Amino acid sequence: MYSYIARRLAVAVPTILVLIIISFILMHSAPGGPFNSERPLPPQVLANIEAKYGLDQPLWKQIVTYVWNVVVHFDFGPSFQYKDRTVNDVIAQGFPVTLTYGFWSFIIAVGVGVSLGIAAALRHNSWLDYLAVGFTIGAQALPNFVMGPILILVFTLWLGLLPGGGWNGGQWNYVIMPVIALSTSYMASIARITRSSMLEVMNSGFIRTARAKGLPMSRIVLRHALKPALLPTLSYLGPAFVGMVTGSVVVDIYFSTGGIGQYFVNSAFNRDYSVIMGITILVGVLTIFFNLVVDILYAWIDPKIRY
Amino acid sequence: MKFKTTLMATTAAVMVMGAGFAYADAHATHPETGEVLASDQTFTYRVLDESPSIDPGLIEDVSGSEVGRDLFEGLMNQDEEGNLVPGVATGYEISDDGMTFTFTLRDNAKWSNGDPVTANDFVYAWRRAADPELASPYSWFLSLMSIEGVDDVLAGDAPLDTLGVSAPDDHTFVVQLTTPLPYFPQMTTHATTFPVHQATVEAHGSEWTRPENIVSNGAYVLTEHVPQERMVRERNEMYWDNDNTIIDKVVSLVINDENVALTRYLAGELDRTEVPTGQYPRLSEEYPDEALSFPRLCSYYYNVNVREDGPAWAQDQRVRQALSLAVNRDVIVENVLAGGQFPAYTFTPETTAGFNVPDVPIASMSQDERNAMAVELMAEAGYGPDNPITTEILYNTSEGHRQIAIAISQMWKQTLGMEVTIANMEWQTFLEARGNGDFDISRAGWCGDYNEASTFLDLLDSGSGYNDAGYANAEVDEILAAAKTAGSDAERAEIYTRVEQIAAEEVPIIPIYHYTGVYMLDDDVANWPVNNVEQNWYSKNLYKVAN
Repeated sequence: MYSYIARRLAVAVPTILVLIIISFILMHSAPGGPFNSERPLPPQVLANIEAKYGLDQPLWKQIVTYVWNVVVHFDFGPSFQYKDRTVNDVIAQGFPVTLTYGFWSFIIAVGVGVSLGIAAALRHNSWLDYLAVGFTIGAQALPNFVMGPILILVFTLWLGLLPGGGWNGGQWNYVIMPVIALSTSYMASIARITRSSMLEVMNSGFIRTARAKGLPMSRIVLRHALKPALLPTLSYLGPAFVGMVTGSVVVDIYFSTGGIGQYFVNSAFNRDYSVIMGITILVGVLTIFFNLVVDILYAWIDPKIRY
Repeated sequence: MKFKTTLMATTAAVMVMGAGFAYADAHATHPETGEVLASDQTFTYRVLDESPSIDPGLIEDVSGSEVGRDLFEGLMNQDEEGNLVPGVATGYEISDDGMTFTFTLRDNAKWSNGDPVTANDFVYAWRRAADPELASPYSWFLSLMSIEGVDDVLAGDAPLDTLGVSAPDDHTFVVQLTTPLPYFPQMTTHATTFPVHQATVEAHGSEWTRPENIVSNGAYVLTEHVPQERMVRERNEMYWDNDNTIIDKVVSLVINDENVALTRYLAGELDRTEVPTGQYPRLSEEYPDEALSFPRLCSYYYNVNVREDGPAWAQDQRVRQALSLAVNRDVIVENVLAGGQFPAYTFTPETTAGFNVPDVPIASMSQDERNAMAVELMAEAGYGPDNPITTEILYNTSEGHRQIAIAISQMWKQTLGMEVTIANMEWQTFLEARGNGDFDISRAGWCGDYNEASTFLDLLDSGSGYNDAGYANAEVDEILAAAKTAGSDAERAEIYTRVEQIAAEEVPIIPIYHYTGVYMLDDDVANWPVNNVEQNWYSKNLYKVAN
């Protein structure tokens, strides 16, 4: 097991390196640049700026310098767009925000999604099942860029219960709507995956045996069915968790949370090279790490799996 | 019973004492108008996006400039009409040759830490803004100001102290220009020219604008800044005119989506927001006292690529004239935009100071007449339904630009029998394509940097970096250069009129409309400068009335 983890971590290093190099090249090959604007800068001013940010160097040299700074100094460089901030500042300010609403979204999506999926499977073809299926399909069909404005319309303008946006240091009433908007579709996916795998498990041989032995239903579900039924859900949760804690551009834009999700898109539009790279690396590292966590949990839940 | 009364009296006393100054004058009236003022003087407004910087030397966008004008004060300010009024400078003198400006600074101007604001602060700030090491994206504004030696300093070929600014004493600031620029004082209301506090900048480097570090000389100080979320400015007790400032606190909230911003405005969270495209007619009907539309110093136009390697048809002046004639501006402003915008037949907006709108024939024709003339011109040029021009309108991705491009492509199809497609590009890609001349027709918008026609017409100079149409006319180049040294305003106005006439004749660009500012502004916010076409507003001049 430990050697497996060590192997996985060893593979992660070149993976991240490849990620950096490919992103760097793709980014630089997109037309435009961080300092193009409607009013093109006089050549000498542009030259000053490019020299300041090292953009006058050949691409390979820029990549080497960048990787060196990241690895040795943990320095992701200055933001090209926000002149008085570094990428470390951007992440330090935005990541806790998305981590907060992402974490609560994850708890709710898993808690409600798994319960709903199990309940629907156990009451297969009952009104509860139909309701759950109907709800999950509806929730998946309703994208969060539609749900965001609707939530604000209802809770802010009509009911006057919640502030229409902002973060205010993560005060609870500012967190509710982002969490609803972000968790709903994940919750629906989790419920559907859980429901179908639970149905499959409940119809399998070993559950029939347990029933024949006369075990009580609660024991069958909790002791025997749950663990195998959750395996497909678990493999979905790794990437889903990363997706949630690195935020959503939609949530950030509609609820003005100041989270990191919007930077992912905005920095690409602005060609803010260093922010694009910083966030790409952050998401890359988190994805690799949580996929590893999921694999370890897999082995823990399913004794058949050996690494 | 007795207990309750005592309690209430005590509570009231505590409230008055505790709330202190802000509530002590809850029913204060405005010193000039006598209106009863609201007890809460907090002005909250929406900004589209986080500003790249609020450091005067680095400010490059409109909302950053708004913050800059609250936190810092330059030599001159603008009043509600856009006229120049004293800022840190009480006035200025111009030398006989018009190339030396001597500003006299007030002796009671202070930084928020109590230090006096001196002429050396301006010398330091202007040199810093031109410093290649700061690499300000707005340093070109200093070259626009024609300060002596600026281009060599920007290029790094000359030391900073060769810049033509000096401080003979603490209250005298002298600027040496290379050309007699009559509108130079107007340019000192621009954020790039605001002073900065040398000791603070040197102590904190690029982090000096953070709330915990910043020292500023404007009517407000920065007390909170959460990037991409909010910024809070509160009164600067050291500001020389603090006694006449009424708004206590200014909050700007970053809200990317304009419809969400409108919802939050309607829920009472904001005092001001922009009206989303097309919603002005409905909002002005439902909220007649809050929906505002007023002229701005901006033009929306299409570039025709007149470079030699551009499309062959674009070389024919008659075709360009026909294209312009066939654009029904009234349909664009009334049906597509519906925000009170003005149809444009000249590049420079009518509201520009010192600009007389020339009598261009197209403006006074009816659309039927224009269409008939357009068809005739196209036929003369050898194009028509049997030999149609095939072209493409290029615009940057945006719903508003798309709607206009669709409308215009239909007008050209129907009137001139052209085959027109529309193409959008993401902003950065668009800028590159447009700058390189990889287009037939491209969308453009321009807002004046100062209130004078040259801020628009200089774009038609063949040497201008913003001349995206690739237009070159020797006469235009010559008279635009002459305008810079023209002896009188009347002479300059005449030149600008002439340039517009040439542009209307040769049509390198097709003016479409002049922008309006379309806002929702809470009716308790008073003194909004609707007549300032540059929309340079200062929080210190606003106030909130009780209602």
